[in-house]
Amino acid sequence: MTNIDKNTPADKMTIGGNIYEAGNAREFKTGDWRSVRPEYIPEKCIQCGLCFPVCPEDAIPVGGDQKRTDFNYDYCKGCGVCAKVCPFGAIVMKTEGEEE
Amino acid sequence: MAYNMKEIVAQKPSRFTSGHRMCAGCGAPPVARMILRALKPEDHAVIANATGCMEVSSFIYPYTAWTDSYIHTAFECAAATLSGAEAAYKSMKKQGKLPNDEHTKFIAFGGDGGTYDIGIQSLSGAMERGHDMTYVCYDNGAYMNTGIQRSSATPKFADTTTSPAGSVIPGKMQSRKDLTEIMEAHHLPYVAQTIAYMNFKDLYEKAEKAIYTEGPTFLNVLSPCPRGWGYPTEDLMTINKLAVETCYWPLYEIENGKYKITYKPAKKLPIEEFLKPQKRFRHMFKPGNEWMIEEFQKEVDRRWEDLLRLEEMSNKE
Amino acid sequence: MGIRERLSGNEAAATAMKQINPDVVAAFPITPSTEIPQYFSTFVDNGQVDTEFVAVESEHSAMSACIGAEAAGARAMTATSANGLSLMWEMIYIASSLRLPIVMSLVNRAVSGPLNIHNDHSDAMGARDSGWIQIFSETNQEAYDNLIMAHRIAENKNVMLPLMVCQDGFITSHSIENIELIEDEKVKEFVGEYHPEHYLLNKKEPIAIGPLDVQTYLFEHKYGQAEAMRNAKQVILDVAKDFEKMTGRKYGLFEEYKLDDAEIAIVCMNSTAGTTKEVVDDLREKGIKAGLLKIRVFRPFPAEEVAKALSHLKAVAILDKADSVNGAGGALFEDVTSAMYINKDNVLASSYVYGIGGRDTTTKEIESVFNDLIEDSKKDKIENPYRYLGLRKE
Repeated sequence: MTNIDKNTPADKMTIGGNIYEAGNAREFKTGDWRSVRPEYIPEKCIQCGLCFPVCPEDAIPVGGDQKRTDFNYDYCKGCGVCAKVCPFGAIVMKTEGEEE
Repeated sequence: MAYNMKEIVAQKPSRFTSGHRMCAGCGAPPVARMILRALKPEDHAVIANATGCMEVSSFIYPYTAWTDSYIHTAFECAAATLSGAEAAYKSMKKQGKLPNDEHTKFIAFGGDGGTYDIGIQSLSGAMERGHDMTYVCYDNGAYMNTGIQRSSATPKFADTTTSPAGSVIPGKMQSRKDLTEIMEAHHLPYVAQTIAYMNFKDLYEKAEKAIYTEGPTFLNVLSPCPRGWGYPTEDLMTINKLAVETCYWPLYEIENGKYKITYKPAKKLPIEEFLKPQKRFRHMFKPGNEWMIEEFQKEVDRRWEDLLRLEEMSNKE
Repeated sequence: MGIRERLSGNEAAATAMKQINPDVVAAFPITPSTEIPQYFSTFVDNGQVDTEFVAVESEHSAMSACIGAEAAGARAMTATSANGLSLMWEMIYIASSLRLPIVMSLVNRAVSGPLNIHNDHSDAMGARDSGWIQIFSETNQEAYDNLIMAHRIAENKNVMLPLMVCQDGFITSHSIENIELIEDEKVKEFVGEYHPEHYLLNKKEPIAIGPLDVQTYLFEHKYGQAEAMRNAKQVILDVAKDFEKMTGRKYGLFEEYKLDDAEIAIVCMNSTAGTTKEVVDDLREKGIKAGLLKIRVFRPFPAEEVAKALSHLKAVAILDKADSVNGAGGALFEDVTSAMYINKDNVLASSYVYGIGGRDTTTKEIESVFNDLIEDSKKDKIENPYRYLGLRKE
């Protein structure tokens, strides 16, 4: 875990602003940006893969079996690109906070 | 090996992680991610990034979204910075200061501002010097990071904050610079123009070729910006499709001087199809402005025909 | 015993670089430092060094490439002058903020405009707040010695800052002087190998360099730089001690020449110190207690030490080979006088701007400064502290 924050004193910060934990942005959750959320309907999904690479947030987990699972809402910003490319209606966009 | 997107996504973990702070629906992250997936999993990469949207959203202290080594210095010098890193690699490798069995690839990412404009000298210099690196321009057609100012990649008539569609001057009055051709004029071993379309096949294959062709290579990737172009975020892939199907953004590659158009639309769509969904071109559709669309279409046609000719000529025995 | 040679200042710098054998040199031609990359590329093309020479298309790219190389884990060096340094401006701040111990040979020349290729210190003075260690050299020997010491200082764990070794364009860069070189093997051993803790080419630990550093963090990172600069002072002295053991040549933060019992003195940098020494000797023969303080280390500025060394004087003249164009005195003048003020040393002090654009500074002119100081001492006050030397004026 990255242990630098707004309380870190000067002598405990990394030199020059270097970061030695590559990919640690995963600790920064962007899901709270979302105002609309995609909902995954597995029954309609044929695992065509069209939605896999279009997600700017890498919030569609794809397993070693080449199959996707439900969205990673820690990161999904709700852009809706995935829903738009899905030809099977397996992703629908809903306003955040609305009942399912 | 035939391209299999599902297999690639499933087997090659993302080297550009979640938790970056690009805008929702930004066209650049899927592009960067797929390009990095073209790296062999065992290869290390050093990535240089010009100042811009991608840089300020992917490495905000203390969080980096890059799983490879990454350096950002300034706006105009991603290519020069990376050329230094590549020279270091060559030198240290030669002297036995680095493990023999490790391979490092060098990739630069810059927006159109950092590439077409302020960074063109640094890019041209690095390419001419022959460093073994791939420079990727993610072209979103304006200075988006500073708030949508026109660049030399901005298409004609586009409404930007420094080329506003006014009552006297209707947007940007100059056509866009053809950077891909400028890079080809450096006689590089590999130059390509691509986009995220058709399952990312074109993008992935060109990235793989660029990264694993020895010497300096260049990729120009159109990368829509929902905010700067003025379309709903969910339409990213539709916009990409229209850019290609109207021949606004032809997909082609040049290998050692030989042109190959990698996708020819069966039926070229009229340019309105690409322009209409974007607010930056809205004024072109006002009554009396038909001439603007006509002119735009003419320019697209001219460039497409030039490209067809170049393909034919360069492949003549 | 070293090797006796006759070399120009540029040859001396290039020879030092050859012996250091850096991994990468990225440079662009500009008078009067052009010869350094010229000589050096000959070493590269004749296989005398292991260096990758990057013949960049501008100085901006030279510094960018040095940053990329140094961040990658290499030792990177460059050479430039005047406008070349101006074009690097953006990048020299980035080099120091990224804490990359790049070493530059700066051959001092007037910054345009109007265009002038001759010596003054306007290039180095403009970089005085850039976070680079700045070491000045009176002679070819010093330009050489300072470069040999540079990496040990810059790469010290408590420092990690870039360093520029300055010498006067043409005056030393193009003048052939006797010089004592150190044997290659001794230099190699003295400089040592560079083993950075974190670097881009380390596959086992990929790192990210050059973040967007928001309000929460930049202040602390800048403080880190300032601390490193403060640390550099002792490191410079430690390295000089080791250097003396190897060569017998002694270096401090500055050189005091007949200053101990002096009543009046000049403070200056680089080659003018040589001219001043001659005048001091002449005046001493006449019974005038003149002295010199030659600044070697300008950044970090040895404020306390300088103030102390000057505290016993009746009057001091600080010579700046660059006009700060600030309506007051030159940069060195400001640093020296504020150091004295903080240390409560009330010595009569005056600023002399001199030698701009390669204007010759003669012994006669230096003597006139000492005469002014004698007058100032007699009056026990300074009427016009902001003075010019060698300027045509009615």
